[in-house]
Amino acid sequence: MSIAIRADLDLAHTGEPLANRDEHHDTSDNTLLGFWLYLMTDCILFASVFATYAVLYMNTDGGVSGKDIFELNFVLIETAALLVSSITFGFALICAKHQKRAATLIWLLITFALGCAFIGMEIYEFHHLIEQGNGPQRSAFLSSFFALVGMHGLHVTAGLIWMAIMMLEVVKTGLNKRSITRLSCLSLFWHFLDIVWICVFTVVYLLGAM
Amino acid sequence: MSFLGKLTLESIPYHEPIIMVTLAVVAVIGVIIAALITKYKKWGVLWNDWFTSVDHKRLGIMYIVLALVMLIRGFSDAIMMRTQQALAINGAAGYLPPEHYDQIFTAHGVIMIIFMAMPFMIGLMNLVVPLQIGARDVAFPFLNNLSFWLTASGAVLINISLGLGEFAKTGWVAYPPLSELSFSPGVGVDYYIWALQISGIGTTLTGVNFIATVLKMRAPGMKLMQMPIFTWTCTWANILIVASFPILTAVLAMLTLDRYLGFHFFTNAGGGNAMMYINLFWAWGHPEVYILILPAFGIFSEVISTFTSKRLFGYKSMVWASGAISILGFIVWLHHFFTMGSSANVNAFFGVMTMVIAVPTGVKLFNWLFTIYRGRLRLTVPVLWTLGFMTTFTIGGMTGVLLAVPGADYVLHNSLFLIAHFHNTIIGGAVFGYLAGFAYWFPKAMGFKLNERLGKAAFWCWQVGFYVAFMPLYVLGFLGMTRRISHTDNPDWNFWIYFAAVGAFIIFAGIILQFVQLYVSFRDREQNLDTTGDPWNGHTLEWSTSSPPQFYNFAKDPHVSDIDCFTDMKEKGEAYQRHDNYEPIHMPKNTASGILMAIGITAAGFAAIWHILWLAIVGMLGAFVVFLFRAYSNDHDYYVQPDEVAKIENTHLDKVARGLI
Amino acid sequence: MLIRNLSKAAMLTSILLMSGCEGGVLDPKGQIGIDERYLIVVATLLMLIVVIPVIFMTLFFAWKYRDGREQEIYAPKWAHSKSIEIVVWLMPIVIVIILGVITWGSTHDLDPYKPLEHEAKPITVEVVSLNWKWLFIYPELGVASVNELAFPVNVPVNFKITSDTAMNSFFIPQLGSQIYSMAGMATQLHLIANEPGSFDGISANYSGAGFAGMKFKAIATPDATSFDAWVAKLKRQGNKLDPQSYAELAKPSENNPVEYYGSVSNGMFDHVVMQYMHMSKAMPMDEAQHMEMSHPSIDASLNNEKGE
Repeated sequence: MSIAIRADLDLAHTGEPLANRDEHHDTSDNTLLGFWLYLMTDCILFASVFATYAVLYMNTDGGVSGKDIFELNFVLIETAALLVSSITFGFALICAKHQKRAATLIWLLITFALGCAFIGMEIYEFHHLIEQGNGPQRSAFLSSFFALVGMHGLHVTAGLIWMAIMMLEVVKTGLNKRSITRLSCLSLFWHFLDIVWICVFTVVYLLGAM
Repeated sequence: MSFLGKLTLESIPYHEPIIMVTLAVVAVIGVIIAALITKYKKWGVLWNDWFTSVDHKRLGIMYIVLALVMLIRGFSDAIMMRTQQALAINGAAGYLPPEHYDQIFTAHGVIMIIFMAMPFMIGLMNLVVPLQIGARDVAFPFLNNLSFWLTASGAVLINISLGLGEFAKTGWVAYPPLSELSFSPGVGVDYYIWALQISGIGTTLTGVNFIATVLKMRAPGMKLMQMPIFTWTCTWANILIVASFPILTAVLAMLTLDRYLGFHFFTNAGGGNAMMYINLFWAWGHPEVYILILPAFGIFSEVISTFTSKRLFGYKSMVWASGAISILGFIVWLHHFFTMGSSANVNAFFGVMTMVIAVPTGVKLFNWLFTIYRGRLRLTVPVLWTLGFMTTFTIGGMTGVLLAVPGADYVLHNSLFLIAHFHNTIIGGAVFGYLAGFAYWFPKAMGFKLNERLGKAAFWCWQVGFYVAFMPLYVLGFLGMTRRISHTDNPDWNFWIYFAAVGAFIIFAGIILQFVQLYVSFRDREQNLDTTGDPWNGHTLEWSTSSPPQFYNFAKDPHVSDIDCFTDMKEKGEAYQRHDNYEPIHMPKNTASGILMAIGITAAGFAAIWHILWLAIVGMLGAFVVFLFRAYSNDHDYYVQPDEVAKIENTHLDKVARGLI
Repeated sequence: MLIRNLSKAAMLTSILLMSGCEGGVLDPKGQIGIDERYLIVVATLLMLIVVIPVIFMTLFFAWKYRDGREQEIYAPKWAHSKSIEIVVWLMPIVIVIILGVITWGSTHDLDPYKPLEHEAKPITVEVVSLNWKWLFIYPELGVASVNELAFPVNVPVNFKITSDTAMNSFFIPQLGSQIYSMAGMATQLHLIANEPGSFDGISANYSGAGFAGMKFKAIATPDATSFDAWVAKLKRQGNKLDPQSYAELAKPSENNPVEYYGSVSNGMFDHVVMQYMHMSKAMPMDEAQHMEMSHPSIDASLNNEKGE
C-alpha cells in the first residue's frame, strides 16, 4: 500500500505548482497527509493482530509459552538496533534538507545496516524457534507470535527495499523536491515501525517473559 | 508441486449443466461486445480514454458499470436461490444440489456487498465529490485509477471461480472453522480470500485518497461545515473505510496463514479461537454497512433539497448525526452474535448501543421530512426513490432495533427475519439511494437525462417487488425458518416461499426496465440533452459545470461562501460568468500503470488460489516493476493552455446561453 | 401506490399473526419463548410510535408540498428551527431510553446462561453438534440419542452445548432462545416446555453441505411417566456410546435417522470438549475468570476440566 501512495509523489512534484494556485492545492502536502493516513490504516492493521495476540497468547496447546522461549537480552540488542536506526534516519533527513548529499547517503547507509541487523536477528530468532519445533504451526500462541513479529519484520523489510531504492535515487538524481518528499514519507514509515516495535517489545517480549 | 499447482482440466465443472450454459452465454455476450468494439474501432478509445484514465469522472463511470455488471451476476444468484427454495419444498431436492446452492448464496452475498454496492457507492463518490468541492481531481489521481483496477481485479477473480474450480461454500462471512482447510479443502475459500483481499486494499486506498482530497483540495472559501452534505456523508464513510478495512485485511491474512501455512488462529485444533475471527470480521463488517448507507443518506439529502427547491433542513444536525452514526457503528459489532454466549451485561451493552444508532438515524428522517415541509416537491425519479426509501427504510430500521434487543435476537437470529431486515435496509436504504443518485447525476455524467417514464416504472417494480419478496421472509422468520437451507419440508412455509419468489421476479422486471431505460435514453439522447449543465436547478457546485464536465472540471477555482454554493452564485448573478483570461491548468496524464499493476496482482491472486508459486512471484514482481517505472518516469502531467480553456469554456457558455432562453 | 404498499404490509402483518398459531417463534410452548414473544410485541409497538408517524408524514408531506400546489406556503430558505430540532432529537432519544431499559432488564432475565427458577428439579442434557446431526447425552440417566430429544413438560432443562465440527446453533424455535455450539467449549442454555408436544429443532447456523437436514424433534412428554418410558425405550437398546462408537457416529452423514444409545460411558461430553481444549495447563483459575467477559463459555469448559 505504501508503494502505491508513493507513486503519486510524481504527480505532485514534476513541474512547479503554479503561482496562483493557493496553498491548499500544494501537492507535496497532499502526499505527506496521504501517507500519514495510510500509516493510520497500517496502525489499525497492527492493532488487529495485536488484539489477536492478546486473545491467543495463553493458547499454547500444551506447548511452550513466551516465558520458555523469549531471550530478552537478544531482543534488547535487536530493539536497540532499530531504535538507533530511527535516530540515524533522522540525521539523514536533516542532511537531506540541507542538501548534503554525501552525508545523507552515509546516514542512510548506516540506517540500512542497522535495519538489516534487526531483520537478520529476527530471522535468526525465527529459525531457531522453528528448528526447536516451536514453529507457528505448533500452537495458536506461536501462530500469533510469528504473525505479529513477522508482520513487523515484513514492514521493516519493505522499508529496507524502499531505502535501497531511495539511496539509488539520491545517487542518481540528487536531493530534489521529489526525493526529499519521498525521504520524508520513508522517515514517517520508519519511525512508525519503531513505535510499533516498542509496542511489540513491551507487549510480547517484556510481558511475555514475566 | 506441478507446474500449474492444483489446477487441472478437472477444475472446470463440466458436469454442471447450469454453470456450463451460463459460461456459454457469458462467452457469447463477451464475443459480441468484443466484435462490436472491433467493428466500431473503439479499442483505442477504451484503452486510452477509459482504462488508463486518471479522471475521477471516468473512473466513477467505470465503477458504476462494474457495479451494474456485478448486479446482474448477483441478482442471477438471487433468482436461483428463490427458485430453488420454491422448488425444493416438502422435502424435494430442487434443481441445485447443496454444494452448488451453498456457493450461490455465498457468492450472492459477497458480490452484492463487495462488488455491487461498494463500487456503486465509490463510483458515485468519484463522480461527484471532487466536483462538489470545486476540485480539479482527487488528491492522488493515479492511485484512484489503481484502486479501481484492484476492485476490478477482485471482481475478475470471483467471476473466474464460476468456470474454474468453485466458490466458497461458507456463507459470505466465511466463519471458521468451516472456512478452514479441514472443512473446506477446495479452492472456494481461497477465491473468497483473494477476491476480498485485493479489492479491499483498493477500497482502503480509495478511503485514504478521498480523505486527503476533502481535506486538501476544497475550493477557496469552502469551510468544512460548508461542504455539500453528500460530500460530508462520503467523508464519514471514508473515515470508516480507513478505520475498518485494515481489520478485514488483517483477519483475511490470518485466515490465509491458517489455510496456506498451517497456522492456528481460528482452527479447532492447536488452540485456535474461531470467535476471534467472528469478532474481527464484524468489527469490519458492521462499519461496512454504514459505509454503504451513509453516502446513500447523503444522496437522499441532496435529492430532497434539490427537488423541493429548498435548503436542506438542519444541515448541522445532518453532519453530526452522520458522524454519530459512524462512531457508534464501531461499538456495536457484537450484536451480530448475541447467541455466542457472552454475559448478559455484554449483550445488553451492545444491544443498547445499537439502539442508540436509531437516534441519529431517526433525526435524519425527520430532517428530510422538514426539508419537504414548505417546499415544492417535484416528483421525479430520484424523489420517488427517496420517498420509497423513507417509508421502506423506516420498517427496516424498526426490525433492526428489534433484532438489537438480545432477548428478541435469541429467537430471530440467523432466521429469514434477519435476511428480510438487512435486505430491507440495504435495498431500501443503500440501493435505493444509489439508484436515486444514478438518476440524479446521470445527466451530469453523460450529458443527457434518463427517460422519466421508464425510470418510474422501474422504481415501482423495485418498490412493489421489494415488499412482495421480503415481507414473506419476515413471516418465515417468525415461523422458524433459518437462513441458508437448500430445501425445506414444512408445509406452513410453502405459501410464503412462493410469495417471495414472485417478488424476486418483480424486482427482476425492475432491473430489466432499468436497462431498457438506459437503452431508450441513449437512443433518444438528442431530445434529452442537458445543455446548461444544471438540469434540476441544483444547489451545489457540480451543477455549475457543463454536462459532462470538462476534463479539468473548473476553468477557474470557484469561490465558495455558502453551503448551497451554486444557488448562492445564481442568486448573486455570479453563475455562468465569462472570463477573459484563463490560467494554464495543470493536469495529470493518463497512465497504463494502474491497470498493468492490477493485471500483475490479479495473476498473483489467481496463482495464490491455485498454488502456482512461479506465477505468484511473476505477478507480484511484474506489478512492482511497473510501479517502479511509474515512480521514476517524469512524464506524468501537462498544462492545458489558456486559449484552449477559453475555447472550451466559451463553447459551453454559448450553449448555456441558448439553453437558458 | 405507496399507500397500497402500506396496506399490503398491514395485511401481511395480520396474516402473520394468524399464521403465528401454527408453530414458530410467535407460537411459543415454553416460558422463555413466551417471554421473548412478549418482548418482541412490546418493542415493536413502542417503535411504531415513531415509525407510523414518519411513514404517514412522508406520504402526507410529499402529497401536500408537491410541485404545483401553489396555495401552500413555500419557504425556500427556511432550514433551521430550534424547537423542531429539539423535538426530533428528543423523541427518538426518549423511545430509545425506554427500549434501552427494557433491553437491559430483559437481557438479564432471558440470559441463556441463567438457570430457570422452578420447583421441579432440572434435568441436564449435553448436546453435541456433529456433521450433520445432533447428539443428546443424558449424563444423569446414562442414555443418549441422535436427532431426538425428550424431556418432561414443566421441568427445566439445562443444556450444555458443544460442537465436534464447525459452529452450529442449537435452536428449538417454539421453546425460545438459541445458542451457538462451538468446538472446544461448552455453552449453556436453559429452556422449559409449558405444554407437551413435539417441536421442531434445528441448527440455526450454517455448517456445510448437510446443514439443511440437521433437524431433530424435541419431545416434551406430558408427564414424568411418559418420559421414563422414553428413557426405558433407550435403555433397551443394546448399543453403548463410548469413544469408539462415538468416532463412528462423528463421521459426516446427512439426514441422519434417529438413533438411541442404551448406555453411555462416563465423561463422553467432556471427552468431546477436551479434544480441543486449548488453555495452557498452567493457567491459573483466576486468570480464567478474568476472561469470562469475552469468553463466558471457556469458563464452562474449565469447570469440566475441574470435574474430570
